[in-house]
Amino acid sequence: MAAEALQTSMTAPAEADRGAVAGDRRWALRWAYVFLTLFAAFALMPPIYMLITGLKTSNEISAATNPWWVYHPTLSNFIELLTSPLFLTFFKNSALVAVLTVVITMLISVPAAFALSRMRFWGSGVLATGVFLTYLIPETLLFIPLFKMFATFRDWTGIELINRWYVLLLLYPTLTVPFCTWIMIGYFASIPKELDEAALIDGASWTQTLTKIFIPVALPGIIAATIFAFTVAWAQFLYPLAFTTSQDQLVLSVGIATTLIKADVFNWGQIMAGALLGAAPPLIIYAFLMDYYIAGLTAGATKG
Amino acid sequence: MSEIAVRDRSAFAVTVRPRSTWRQFFQQKSTVAFFFTLPLILLIAVLVVYPAFYSIYLAMLSKRMDRFVGLANFTFLFTRETFWMVVKQSCIFAVTAVIFKALIGFIVAHLVHTLPAEGQRKWRGMLLVPWVIPPALSTLAWLWLFDPSYSAFNWIIVNLGGEPVPWTGDALWARFSVILVNVWIGAPFFMIMYLAALKSVPAELYEVAAIDGASWWQRLWYITIPMMRNIIAITTLFSLIVTFANFDIVRILTAGGPIDQTHVFATWAFKLGIEGGDIPLGAAISLFMVPILTVAAVFILRDINKRGERM
Repeated sequence: MAAEALQTSMTAPAEADRGAVAGDRRWALRWAYVFLTLFAAFALMPPIYMLITGLKTSNEISAATNPWWVYHPTLSNFIELLTSPLFLTFFKNSALVAVLTVVITMLISVPAAFALSRMRFWGSGVLATGVFLTYLIPETLLFIPLFKMFATFRDWTGIELINRWYVLLLLYPTLTVPFCTWIMIGYFASIPKELDEAALIDGASWTQTLTKIFIPVALPGIIAATIFAFTVAWAQFLYPLAFTTSQDQLVLSVGIATTLIKADVFNWGQIMAGALLGAAPPLIIYAFLMDYYIAGLTAGATKG
Repeated sequence: MSEIAVRDRSAFAVTVRPRSTWRQFFQQKSTVAFFFTLPLILLIAVLVVYPAFYSIYLAMLSKRMDRFVGLANFTFLFTRETFWMVVKQSCIFAVTAVIFKALIGFIVAHLVHTLPAEGQRKWRGMLLVPWVIPPALSTLAWLWLFDPSYSAFNWIIVNLGGEPVPWTGDALWARFSVILVNVWIGAPFFMIMYLAALKSVPAELYEVAAIDGASWWQRLWYITIPMMRNIIAITTLFSLIVTFANFDIVRILTAGGPIDQTHVFATWAFKLGIEGGDIPLGAAISLFMVPILTVAAVFILRDINKRGERM
């Protein structure tokens, strides 16, 4: 009896303690939800406000009613944009540039990453570091000399590159290739050596080893790199702003910011609708391929 | 191992088929490696390294680019008040924005980390949205939120009985606004990096600390932060580079105004170099970004190499 009493008195505080810890954790969780809701509201407010304004008519916007509410929702802004030849040209230019940039980037960076991670050769270590350093050079440092370079190129050869959408196909790879090469080096390095040794012993050429073994095995990395290259190409603003000026050569980011804003009329509804449509492709990719997107984002610092 | 195997195989091929030397040349490791890396080397050499050095030369030409003027562009910049304002604003902008991005990212990553595992995905998904939208387009939404006469923030403030805020009209507020937008776009990136780092901290460390009776602060200070130090350093340095060289936000939100008070190096270089037609001066301005970028790059490289050695 006494022993039993002793036992309960010994276990009771411990249990109470555990209860307190669980209670603490429950409260911590509750506070976490409260603050996360606030942060999420902050994060989602601009895109939501884009939608709210995009659904309004110019009359409703200029009437200065409650800006956070739509009294007469209409899709007219979206319909108008999606039937406007100019906006569709922007969209087409953006899509063309982004897709071709992805193709060029992959064609350059996948073989290069393979060579740098598997075929040690003279200067390969220096080159790998150089690739990484290139990634750290911002486009704001290069746009002026590049602009002058392309102007000189025209004077020499007569080939006009400035104010042509395809000039972006030369410029965007400087932003995408270094990072994609870098993360592909990381992915390739994680493939066991035995795999390519076996292939080489079986008589596969280096090219076959790359296309038949490395690319299929590193497919998640390639998808992550593709998403990265696409979103960078889609979002770029400085290069198209500096290098293209004619309306039919503009991409979405610049087209919306310059042509729609310049019009004097009150068309914030249309600007916001356009911005939302322009943000849609990366958002859709992100929604469906979030894990790959995040893998590509964190690979730069966690791998390598 | 693989090298030996390949060499053996090629030696064997020579004895059997002496005519295939041409094909053999293309099968050789060094040849293949050369062709695999050639496009990369060309791209970096022609479109990154060459323009980087070319801009140094450009910065030493006269406005019409017909005369070599040495350092005249730089000395001219030093005499201009706007230049020093841009230097100051670039540093304030980058440092403040990076500090707040890092702080908010750290806090939010911890909050997400405390949630049960199955709920984390949803929150992470929502919180990363600012990073996914092209900055030029999301800044347009902010521009409209800050509109002088139709600001949705001012509508709330006025309805709560406050004074409307000149978000982009007043120099001080405009500086605050560009930083706010930058933090909004960049904090999710920190959050996602820190979250990845938090997940890589072994749970046993916390269990041992809990047994030893460590408080929440002690666990944070002695376990979490030391374990995350590498990622914190790299993310901060990366972000410092990107923020210091930022263009989109300032360009769209204030275009440098009011009266050049919010210009950073990139926007001012664009204004004078591309819009103003003074390419050498623009090149000179953007070259001033190099020192701080170099310092950050050196630290990042040191960090990466250290990690490479440990692995």
